[in-house]
Amino acid sequence: MSEPTSDLLFDYLLRLGDDALIAAQRLAEWYASSPEMEEDVALANIALDQLGAARALLTYAGEVEGAGRDEDALAYLRDDREFRNCLLVELPNRDFAVTIAKLLLLSAYQLPRYDALVSSADSRLAEIAAKARKESAYHLDHAARWALRLGDGTEDSHRRMQAAVDALWPYVHELLAADEPTIRLAAAGIAADPAELRAAWLSTVEPLLVEATLDRPADGWAPEGGRVGRHTEHLSYLLGEAQVVHRAHPGVRW
Amino acid sequence: MSGEWPLWEVFVRSRRGLSHGHVGSLHAPDAQMALRNARDLYTRRQEGVSIWVVPADAISASSPDEKDAFFDPAADKVYRYPTFYEVPEGVAHL
Repeated sequence: MSEPTSDLLFDYLLRLGDDALIAAQRLAEWYASSPEMEEDVALANIALDQLGAARALLTYAGEVEGAGRDEDALAYLRDDREFRNCLLVELPNRDFAVTIAKLLLLSAYQLPRYDALVSSADSRLAEIAAKARKESAYHLDHAARWALRLGDGTEDSHRRMQAAVDALWPYVHELLAADEPTIRLAAAGIAADPAELRAAWLSTVEPLLVEATLDRPADGWAPEGGRVGRHTEHLSYLLGEAQVVHRAHPGVRW
Repeated sequence: MSGEWPLWEVFVRSRRGLSHGHVGSLHAPDAQMALRNARDLYTRRQEGVSIWVVPADAISASSPDEKDAFFDPAADKVYRYPTFYEVPEGVAHL
C-alpha cells in the first residue's frame, strides 16, 4: 500500500473507531439510570457492541499507522484534537429521547456503512464490518422501536422526541458529509461511498420519522469539524472521565 | 416509571431442547419490546434460538392451596407408569 493511502486509511479507521468508542462511552453513562432496568441492560449491550467494534477498528488503525500504538494508546492517550469522531456522538445525553434520537441517527448510518464495507477491498476492514453489521442492525431496531413509541406516544413523549430530533438534526450534515479523503478511499474500493450512504440513511430515517408522527427538521445550520479534530467542549469532559484511570495508572489492568 | 409497565413471562427454546422452557420474567411496555428485552436479558450467552413472551396476567396458575387435591392423588397410581404392565412372552415389535 502506498504511503498516502495508508495515511488515509489510518484516518478513516479512526473515524469509524472513534464514532463507536465515543458512542459507547455516552451510552454507558445510562447504566443504572435509564427509565427501566431492562433498558439499562439493552443500552449497556449496545454500548459494549460499540466498544467491541471500536477496539477492533483502533487496533487495526494502530497497525496501519505503524508507530507502535495499540488500542489502549489510541483510546486513552489521545487528546480531543486527535479524535476523529463526528460531533453527534459526543453530545451530552440529556433526555432519554435525545439518546434514542442519537442512536437512531447514528445506527441508521453505521448499518449501511458496515454493510458496504463488507465488500471493501481491505479484507481486514471487511471482516470487522461483517461482525459489526449484525450488531448495528439490532441497534437501529432498538432505536427505531423507541422512536416510534415516543414519537407516537403521549403528548409529552412526542414533544420531547421532536425536540430531540430538532436539536440533533444539524449534526447529521457532518455525519453524511462526503469529504475528499473519503471520496478517494471510496474510489480505491476501501471506504464506503458517502453518496450511497447518504441515500441509504435518508431512505431509513425519513419514513421512520413519518411513522413516528415526527416532523423532518429543515436543513440549515450545519456544524462540523469532528472529522478533522475540532470538537465541542463536551468531548473534553467525556475524555477526562474515560481516560483518567489509564492516565493516572499507566498500564493498569483489572 | 417503574411499575407502570406490565410484567411478561419469558420462554426460551434452547439449542439442545425441543420445547420452550420458562426462564424468567421482565417488564416491557408491549409485546415487541418484551421480546427485545428478553433477547437482551436471557439470550446474552447464546442460550436460545427462539423466544416466547406471554403477559403474566394471561397465565392461569394452579394455587398452592389446591396442591393436595391436584397432585397427591397421583402418588399411588402405579398403573399410570408403563413399568406397571408386564409384557407377555412372545410379543414381537414392542
